[in-house]
Amino acid sequence: MNNNWILILGASSDIAIATAHKYAQNGYSIYLCSRNIEELKKEAKNIEIRHKVNVSVLYFDALDYESHKEFYSDLPVKPKGVLLAFGLLGEQGTQQKQFELAKSVIDTNYVSAVSILEVVSKDFEKRKSGFIVGISSVAGDRGRSSNYIYGSSKAGLSTYLEGLQHRLCKSNVHVLIVKPGFVATKMTADMNLPDLLTAKPNEVSSAIYMGIEKKKNVIYVKQIWWLIMLIIRKIPNFIFKRMSL
Amino acid sequence: MTNKNKVKISGWGGFPKLMLDLINVRNEKHLKIITSSIGKFITRGNGRSYGDSSLSSICVSNIQNNKILEFDSKTGVIRCESGVLLSEIIEIFVPRGWFLKVTPGTKLITIGGAIASDVHGKNHHKDGCFSTSLIEIRLMLSDGSIVNCSQQECKELFLATCGGMGLTGVILEATFSLKSILSQNIKQTTIKTKNLHQTFDAFEKYADATYSVAWIDCLSKGGSIGRSLLITGEFSDDRDLSYSSKKVVSVPFNFPSIVLNYFSVKLFNALYYFRAKQGVSHQNVGLDSFFFPLDSIDSWNRIYGRNGFVQYQFILPKKESLEGLTKILEKISDAGLGSFLAVLKLYGKENENYLSFPMEGYSLALDFKIQKGLFNFLKELDQIVLEYNGRIYLAKDSRVGKSVFEKGYPNIEKFREFRKSQGMKEKFTSLQSERLGL
Repeated sequence: MNNNWILILGASSDIAIATAHKYAQNGYSIYLCSRNIEELKKEAKNIEIRHKVNVSVLYFDALDYESHKEFYSDLPVKPKGVLLAFGLLGEQGTQQKQFELAKSVIDTNYVSAVSILEVVSKDFEKRKSGFIVGISSVAGDRGRSSNYIYGSSKAGLSTYLEGLQHRLCKSNVHVLIVKPGFVATKMTADMNLPDLLTAKPNEVSSAIYMGIEKKKNVIYVKQIWWLIMLIIRKIPNFIFKRMSL
Repeated sequence: MTNKNKVKISGWGGFPKLMLDLINVRNEKHLKIITSSIGKFITRGNGRSYGDSSLSSICVSNIQNNKILEFDSKTGVIRCESGVLLSEIIEIFVPRGWFLKVTPGTKLITIGGAIASDVHGKNHHKDGCFSTSLIEIRLMLSDGSIVNCSQQECKELFLATCGGMGLTGVILEATFSLKSILSQNIKQTTIKTKNLHQTFDAFEKYADATYSVAWIDCLSKGGSIGRSLLITGEFSDDRDLSYSSKKVVSVPFNFPSIVLNYFSVKLFNALYYFRAKQGVSHQNVGLDSFFFPLDSIDSWNRIYGRNGFVQYQFILPKKESLEGLTKILEKISDAGLGSFLAVLKLYGKENENYLSFPMEGYSLALDFKIQKGLFNFLKELDQIVLEYNGRIYLAKDSRVGKSVFEKGYPNIEKFREFRKSQGMKEKFTSLQSERLGL
């Protein structure tokens, strides 16, 4: 076991848990952070027994910006890496009708991320080491009528992470932007997703681990998504507007 | 909330194949909603039972719930959710010096499935079924309530659940003990016999071996009927715990059904038999090759072709075994329907569980490719099994008739009554339970 810790924010998501296992398997100790501590305690034990590493479960509320500084400074051991895995999808239709719902998507996916990652970045910059992984989305690559509120919040996140990449590369801190495409998780359990385009959480976690090892800047988990999004971005507006996507 | 997915699935034998709704359980809360909001269903694990035990118009899979919840490194007692695979337990704990007390011939089954079929292995004559290692089961009943049961607590429920084919409730968690080992290697002894008499004698002679099983050439005729390779094993004490799972090769597609025919199987069996040294020989092998030889070939069931196969496994009481088995082997050899995976084993004492398969005697398991005339042929075998007071293994079965089945299981009425009185009959049903009126 090495003495490295990874801080996982939004640890109840399937991608987060798969990534926790991946890093634990590679000797990392794990901070699992979420609002649902009870659920996570079982998972913590599971990771501890399977991989013989330390796992610590911490309360973290992404939307409670005020708490972020203290949350981070209270960590007994500062992490080598951070995985930002929290996010809110919701439903575009209702978000158009109720601004409060739209706002909570933007607040969760974008504002919270900026709030906590600014705190983390400051520390990593000072220590001149570390890595940050942000789970963004292909939905942020081009606005579409079916999910532009979620999409724009992820576009904001992607651009923010790009900026961090630019700022922190000088301090030997690596930032990885992950755009998973479809993933078979709790969040998408009700959707009928095409197999070819859908990754499993453990494929995402392996891609993340390799992405960090190989110092990648942006990864699409299933390569085909890179191509799909390239095409979608290149479709001229006069055609794009007539498509229902 | 219950997000069903229409899928076409079958048991490991590929027969029968069914279009059904599959629901993946996320957690206990989710399962409670499922139990109260849909009609009858059966729980499914990793789909390795051969026939129709885990098929129903609605199947509920608990395989995503696979957390290990507790482990005591002094006593080897483990508590985990029912979706954990035996292969995971082996990968995690063999390097720490622990192994399953009882494991069947595949490690690709869930803990829930191991309990529901009350599986047994090469050490049955010494250590009994999987339920022997069980300390407690946590189960969701038909009304959504959750109970613990064990040999001490809610004993009836425990006896009905071990070997109960998922018909008493959804197994959520299990606590069981592992056995301590010093090595991942097995000291193996192979005894080559010339006929069934010799095979039986060898089983008796090697009754002290911890693990024993015989591969039997079921296409040999006349004086060599029942010629076998009896394979016994003991864990080595060479302190090599450097276990890593054996590399897997895959059967990429269903073989055309002509590939397996009388001649190819006869040739394979003869080669396998003649390859072994005369008399008694010794080998040192890894535990994967000893316990799970077929797991290293992914989707090996595809060699039987698109129509699938039936694994026919029966057991006869010890004193009637020689006569009964001779009769059955003659019949198989005459019909030329044998398979290359015929496995013979001497079992130990029967347990109290209502539907557990093992009893003291000899069991034979054979694979038959599904082809014209097979089902009638198996009915004839059923009659011989009945004549010698034997029984058929539910975890392998997809076709046995009700009257044949129930004669083999003296506790069947207890099981039926228990199910009825607990409202289980209206909630948990499989194609198999309906066929057999369980």
